[in-house]
Order: sequence, then structure tokens, then C-alpha cells
Amino acid sequence: MKATDIGSPDYFHKVVDCQWACPAHTPVPEYIRLIAQGRYSDAYLVNWKSNVFPGILGRTCDRPCEPACRRGRVEENQGEKPEPVAICRLKRVAADYKDDIRSRLPKPATRKNGKRVACVGGGPASLTVARDLAPLGYHVTIFDADRRAGGMIRTQIPKFRLPESVIDEEVGYVLDLDVDFRPNHRVQSLKELLGHGYDAVFVGSGAPRGRDLDIPGREEAAKHIHVGIEWLASVSFGHITKVGKRVIVLGGGNTAMDCCRSARRMGGEDVKVIVRSGFEEMKASPWEKEDAVHEGIPILNYLVPKSFAHDNGRLTGMTFERVKAVYDDKGRRSLVPTGEPEQHFECDEVLVAVGQENAFPWIERDIGVEFDKWGMPVLDAKTLQSTLPRVFFGGDAALGPKNIIWAVAHGHEAAISIDRFCHGENVAVRPPPMTNLVSQKMGIHEWIYDNQIVPDARNRVPLKELRIALKDIRQEVELGFDPELAWKEAQRCLNCDVQTVFAPKLCIECDACVDICPMDCITFTADGEEAEVRGRLNAPARNASQDLYVGAGLKTGRIMAKDEDVCLHCGMCAERCPTGAWDMQKYFLELTHAGPGCRDGAPARKAA
Amino acid sequence: MTYLAKPKLHHPDLPANALGFTRRDYEGTISTLCAGCGHDSISAAIIQACWELAIEPHKVAKLSGIGCSSKTPTYFLDKSHGFNSVHGRMPSVLTGANLANRDLIYLGVSGDGDSASIGLGQFAHAMRRGVNMTYIVENNGVYGLTKGQFSATADRGSKSKRGAVNTDEGIDLAILALQLGATYVGRSFSGDKAQLVPLIKGALTHPGAAFIDVVSPCVAFNNHEGSTRSYDYVRNHNEAVNRLDVITVHREITTDYPPGSVQEVTQHDGSVLRLRKLADDYDSSSRISAMSYVQSRYAHGEIVTGLLYVEPDATDLHASLNTTEVPLNQLSEKELCPGSAALEKFNASLR
Repeated sequence: MKATDIGSPDYFHKVVDCQWACPAHTPVPEYIRLIAQGRYSDAYLVNWKSNVFPGILGRTCDRPCEPACRRGRVEENQGEKPEPVAICRLKRVAADYKDDIRSRLPKPATRKNGKRVACVGGGPASLTVARDLAPLGYHVTIFDADRRAGGMIRTQIPKFRLPESVIDEEVGYVLDLDVDFRPNHRVQSLKELLGHGYDAVFVGSGAPRGRDLDIPGREEAAKHIHVGIEWLASVSFGHITKVGKRVIVLGGGNTAMDCCRSARRMGGEDVKVIVRSGFEEMKASPWEKEDAVHEGIPILNYLVPKSFAHDNGRLTGMTFERVKAVYDDKGRRSLVPTGEPEQHFECDEVLVAVGQENAFPWIERDIGVEFDKWGMPVLDAKTLQSTLPRVFFGGDAALGPKNIIWAVAHGHEAAISIDRFCHGENVAVRPPPMTNLVSQKMGIHEWIYDNQIVPDARNRVPLKELRIALKDIRQEVELGFDPELAWKEAQRCLNCDVQTVFAPKLCIECDACVDICPMDCITFTADGEEAEVRGRLNAPARNASQDLYVGAGLKTGRIMAKDEDVCLHCGMCAERCPTGAWDMQKYFLELTHAGPGCRDGAPARKAA
Repeated sequence: MTYLAKPKLHHPDLPANALGFTRRDYEGTISTLCAGCGHDSISAAIIQACWELAIEPHKVAKLSGIGCSSKTPTYFLDKSHGFNSVHGRMPSVLTGANLANRDLIYLGVSGDGDSASIGLGQFAHAMRRGVNMTYIVENNGVYGLTKGQFSATADRGSKSKRGAVNTDEGIDLAILALQLGATYVGRSFSGDKAQLVPLIKGALTHPGAAFIDVVSPCVAFNNHEGSTRSYDYVRNHNEAVNRLDVITVHREITTDYPPGSVQEVTQHDGSVLRLRKLADDYDSSSRISAMSYVQSRYAHGEIVTGLLYVEPDATDLHASLNTTEVPLNQLSEKELCPGSAALEKFNASLR
């Protein structure tokens, strides 16, 4: 096998599973350590730099980091239930307990660079673009149809999950950078906008259209049938304050979960979710389903809506066909009717949350922005540049509905593209990340990081008593970790960014690391093909998505093969190594954002 | 040394043996020896061997003397019986324990100082009496605890860390064990677990005096140029005569080897020691040829490793003394004081 090139920024980045999985590549272990030390403001700023909305994301993120978390894998087959570190809710801790950090944020640019950027839509993608570009001297204008900035963060996420004050605070940090926010201004024509001579236009208009359900009775009973995201927005703005006693929510995504839990708080006594697929395949995150079930909302699966029943324009119920999942030899699923009689559920109101669509009626088709056959803009996936060079897309508007953290990631990328574009540089060239690798050895048996591995199971986030929580839609239901619980949860983090770095030249092949490794990760063995080597390690490396770290150039001609999969990063190998061939080194990777660092002709840094 | 505890978490797929124990269940507390010490590898090999044999930990007694090596029983089998005895006196304490309770598996761990200097006499008599035990010497050729003087097993002509040349002849404990009548004699290297683990398994199942000399480099004082016990030297001069597979009674024999290349030794308990020859002219069933082979290779600077000698029909001290099958410590007053009639009968037999 080829020796591992640890010089490549991706190698150690991949070992930090959470950071690798995060679209914005937030340095997760770094901020968890800061939380453990009680340095909440520092932890907040690490987050803010990377993902712009720590307080918001700490409550609402889709947390791709958690399924990726190594802790979940190492706990397998031991303890009751293997679970990842509660990364998302630790992020909230940083936001909850930080001091006033405003003095540490970038200041509005004192000198403008003369470039003007327009952002369409005031959601997380546009706000990220604004945050990255405004301090550089860009004049950023954000147009939004609503009165206040935030986009779907403000309109679609119920307040019992995300209090308004948190949105105001974090959206405020961005707008305070001297961003020109134009409320109540729906952009009706891109052609016209381009006519104002902006150097670049960023489209972050989201996926504003909720899919409807065109089945018999839809029109007749229209008064009591609502499209999920529109209904959530009306609830958010206070236009709707109550709901019928019996509510059916259609759909299995996170919007459906927000709908049913909102309905439960607005007078819905008998609220149920009905979904076509099986419970397991539902799009909603497992924890969101858990939260809904916890609030006494049943989720009925394998039921396809057939018709709305109505009586003189009053909705009386819905009829469903029972289906089952059948898989063909390629593993593709189809839902086949079981032939059982149709099922009828009585209800007073129905919320349709069966998906979202993009809509760009305001973009003229003759101005050079091309669309594909699904009506989505043709983009370079990396640069987010459209076929009209000065128009860029991001967030749900770019590649279809995703989530806030993807919108943020797009915002950063688009900002880099815009920055390079406005400086006449090739947009396709992307800046490498900033990386740093530093030994954590402090003295004999002393390491800078806390390498004790605690056996604790995941800590639950305390909730407000259900009786009180269900009374008021603006009562935040999660109380969040208190500092003590946060410290406990932080201890579960394995510090995967503290890497096991191997120096073959120093190794005397004494086997000390092999003997001490609690997870049997390390093997000294004859070289071979990767697939075959994986099978004959001390513990076979069956998780092919995790790399083998290969060290070559040993005296015996063997290789050192370390399976990264379930390494605890406890440092016992380095602790027991007599020659220092193993060392624990902290790998810090930070993406390069828009600014001089992302450009080719970056001038040499001036001394401070 | 370290004081950081080894995390309790283990690999999710860590297999369990017939008793339901994982290898980790056979561990002890964390080693306080120097990092990289060969002794820790030997402890790991003992753990592996006991796990593979599915030995019940409470059926093992581990005894040792004094020295770096003799500290190691703390680092494995923490649910077994243990006795850290007096310097060089492990063999006699173990003999006593063995006589009192023949049902346990006896594992004596010693070092070159403990067995070749202060305890040479004890070592010799345990071997010649045929105490049913596994006697492991963790042999690094140096007194590590007193900072690097030559031990009695250091080769003549080898150099100390500070450059002094050893002028005394080294004792080869394996040759001594062969000469003194041990019925299972092996030699191995701490850096070669593939060889060492089966040797330990064979020794643990052997029903007589089993001796293994394990070359175990001392990273602190004997791992330099000029040493004959360094990792590099041993790797370059290691001549393995065979590879051992231990097939316990419960395991079916499945592997096939070309005829003539494999020697099988069936022991009393039905377990089979299967030896794959690496040196064509080596015969591990002959004590005399074993001794001559080891010594002739030693003259060429080679360290012969593997199972050097095994006696299939081994017997032990209990057989020689004709003791009762029931462990002495389990005999009750009834058996020990059978009454005046039995005494009369016994006295009559002496008249």
C-alpha cells in the first residue's frame, strides 16, 4: 500500500468525522473543548466564524455531524445504546452562556472598495454572503419580501423551537456590519435588478413554494386545507392563532413535524401525522420525530391520501389507501396497495407538508441565466456561479431544498466566488484551507488535551414540562444544557482532531502501541493490497469509509497500518511509545473565507 | 511508565471465547514498566494465550520473584491468584502451592536476574523435579532496575550501554532446562507474538515442567549497538526452527500440511502440538540433538527459537510422589485422620 500522505489537508480532516460531515466544516472538537473549559465566548466565536448562526443552529441544525460522530461507532456493542456526542446542543450552550461578544466581531468597513453586491432574499445564505463581504468593503444590499431579515429561519421554524430573540441577535450581528437591508421589497425582475449596475448578484431566495396535493375535494374544502410552509409563516407572523380540534398533517419531513407540533399548541387536541412511506424512511430527522411523538402526536405510516371528504365546504375527514413497501432486485422501493379497504380519518383541518419547490418566476429566461429541465438554475456546483457570470446562487435556491447549514456553506463559497470575480480572478480556482498541526505533548505523561475517555451515555437535553410547553407556542420547549450538564456531555467528545501522527523513522517496532491500544487499531504487518490488508489486521477494518493510516519505511520492511475507524484518540500509543514515533498532534483546519486570503494576488501580510 | 488508565472501551467487534470473555477480560492494571519494554509484549502474549485457550481466570495461579519481569503478573489476569514472592524464590513457593492444590494452572514469571543469578538453584530444582508449571523467563540480559549492569545471561563480548564489554560467559537457561530434565523447552522473542503465543499455549497445556526463555529487549538499558538483546540484533539473528499450532481437545484439526513437514505431538490431555518445521534437520523430540543444535548455532551467533524440545509422555512431581488425585487442600479431616484401624494397618505394613 502507499504510505499515507498526511500533508494532504483532507487526510486528517476526514478523521475529524464531525468537521468533515459539516457542510461549513466547523471545527467541532475545538469548540467542545472550549465549552468544557467554560470559555463560552471563545467557543461561540469559533462557531460564528464558521457557521454565522451558532445560537440558531444550536437549536435547529440538521446536524449532519452527529450521525458521523465517532463516539456513536465506538460505543457499539457496549453500553445500552450507542449515541453520538450531542454536538448541536453543545453549540447552543456556547450561545446561551457567552458574554457580550459584540466587541470581538468584525467592524463595519471604514473604507468601501467600491464594489456593489445585491442579495435576493434575506435568509441564511444571503446573510452569510453579506457577513463575508461587507467587512471587506463591499456595499451589500439585501432585498427581502418580509419586514425583517432571516428568511425561512424566521418564517418557517416555530418559535417554541427557536425564540425570536435569538434570530434578532444573530441576524443583527450581520446587518450591523453596515449591510443595506431593504425590507418589504420583493424582487420582481432580475433583469431590472441587473440594470442597476451591481457588480454581482447573489440569489438566496430559498425554496418558497410548498407542494400542494391535488386530489378530489381539495378545492371544495380549501378553506380548511393549508400548505405547510405558508401556514407556518402565517403562524409565525401571528396571522393564524388557532386551529381545529382534529388536525391531520400530511408528509414525513421536518416541516410536517413543525406543523404538527405547532398545531398541538394552537388548540389541536387530536393531531396526527399521516405519511405515505414507512416510519423509518421518513425524511424528518429522528430527533424531530421523537419530539413529536413525545408531545402525544401519533405518526401513521403507509397511507396514501386519496381524497378529502367535505360537507358544504366544511372539511369532515380524509380517505387513505393502505400500501406496503415492495423492493425490486435493484433495491428500489415502490409502494404497492395492499388491497385492504380504504381508511377514513375524521378531521377539521389538514396541513399539507409534502415537499417544497423552487420557483423563479422573477428571473427572465432571456437574460443568460439558464435553467435545467427541472426548473433549477444551471450552476457550477463548487463556485455556485450561474451561466450569467455575475449571478451566483446559494442555499435552497441553488441545488434544491436542504437546510440552514448548507445555506451557510453555500454563502461562504459564493462569497469567495464573488470576491474573486470582482477582482478579475478565475472563479474556478478555490483557496486551500488553513491547516495547523501541533504536538500536544506537554511533559512526561502530560498532554494539553484531556485524554481520559469517559464511559458516559449521551445526556438528554432537559425539556419544559409538557403541560406548560403545549400551552404557548412561543414557549421554548427545550431548556438547553446547563453548564454542568454541558461539561458532562463535552467530556464524551473523543477529541478526534488530536491526531495520532506516526514517524516510521523513529519506530523500533517494539509492539508497545499495539499492545496498549484499547481498540486494537494498530497492526504491524506485511504489505499488501488494501482490501486484503484490511482483512488481516488485529481487528479487521470493515468500515471502508474510514481510511487506513499507513506508515512505511520500517526496518523490517513491514508496514504500520492503523484503522482510523474506532480510534479513541486517547493517546495511549504515544504514551507507551519509547521513541516518540507516535505523537498526538492537534489538527486545526479552518476554511478560507472571502478576503485577501482567497485571492491569487494576495499581498504579503503586513506586520501589525 | 504511565499512570494514565487504559480506557475500558474496546473494539465493537472484539470476539469472545468459549467462556464469553473478550481478550480484555484477561488484562490487568496498566503497566508501570518503561514504555517499549519487551516484558509488556510478553504480558500481552500471555493474555492472548489464556484467552485463546478459554482458561477460567480463577483456575490460574501466577507467581513471580523480584525484578522488572516479576512485576508483570500485575499487568495480566487480574482475576487470577497471584503471589509476588521473594527474589529468586518463585520456584519453591510455586512448588508448595502446586503440591497443595494440583488443580490450578501454575504460571511462574521470572527474569534473568531472578532465575539465572540469585535463583539459579531454585530454577534448577523446579525443573529437575518436574513441577507441572509454565516457567517463563523474560530475558533481557541486563539489570534494568539497578541501571544496566550485565546480568548472568548476557553474552560474553556484548557491550553495555556505556561501552563496557562483558567478560563473563552467559548462562543459557534453555540449555540448562534441557539438561535438567524439563519436558517442554522453548525459546522465543517478545517482538514475535505469532511465535510466542502458541508457545505459551503449548506450555500451559503441557502436563509437566515447561520452560520458555523469552528474549525481551530492555529499551532503557539494552537496546543499543553492541547489545545482543536489542530489537535489531534479535531480529537479525533469530533462527526459528519451527512454528507451533496448539490444537486443544475441543478443536478439530482442519489445516493440511505437506507430509514430512509437520510433526504432531499428542499430549496426555489429548491436545495436539503441531509443529511445522522451518529447519529441515531439526528434531524437537530429541533432548540431545536439541542441545547440540542450539549450541552449534549459538557458536555462529544465531539465537535458535521455537519449540526446542517436547516430551509427549511427560509426568510431573505429583506422579513421582504418588500423591492423591484430590488436591491436598481439599482433603477433609475424615481422609486425613482415617482412625486407629487404618493406622494399625499402616503400621503393620511397615513391620
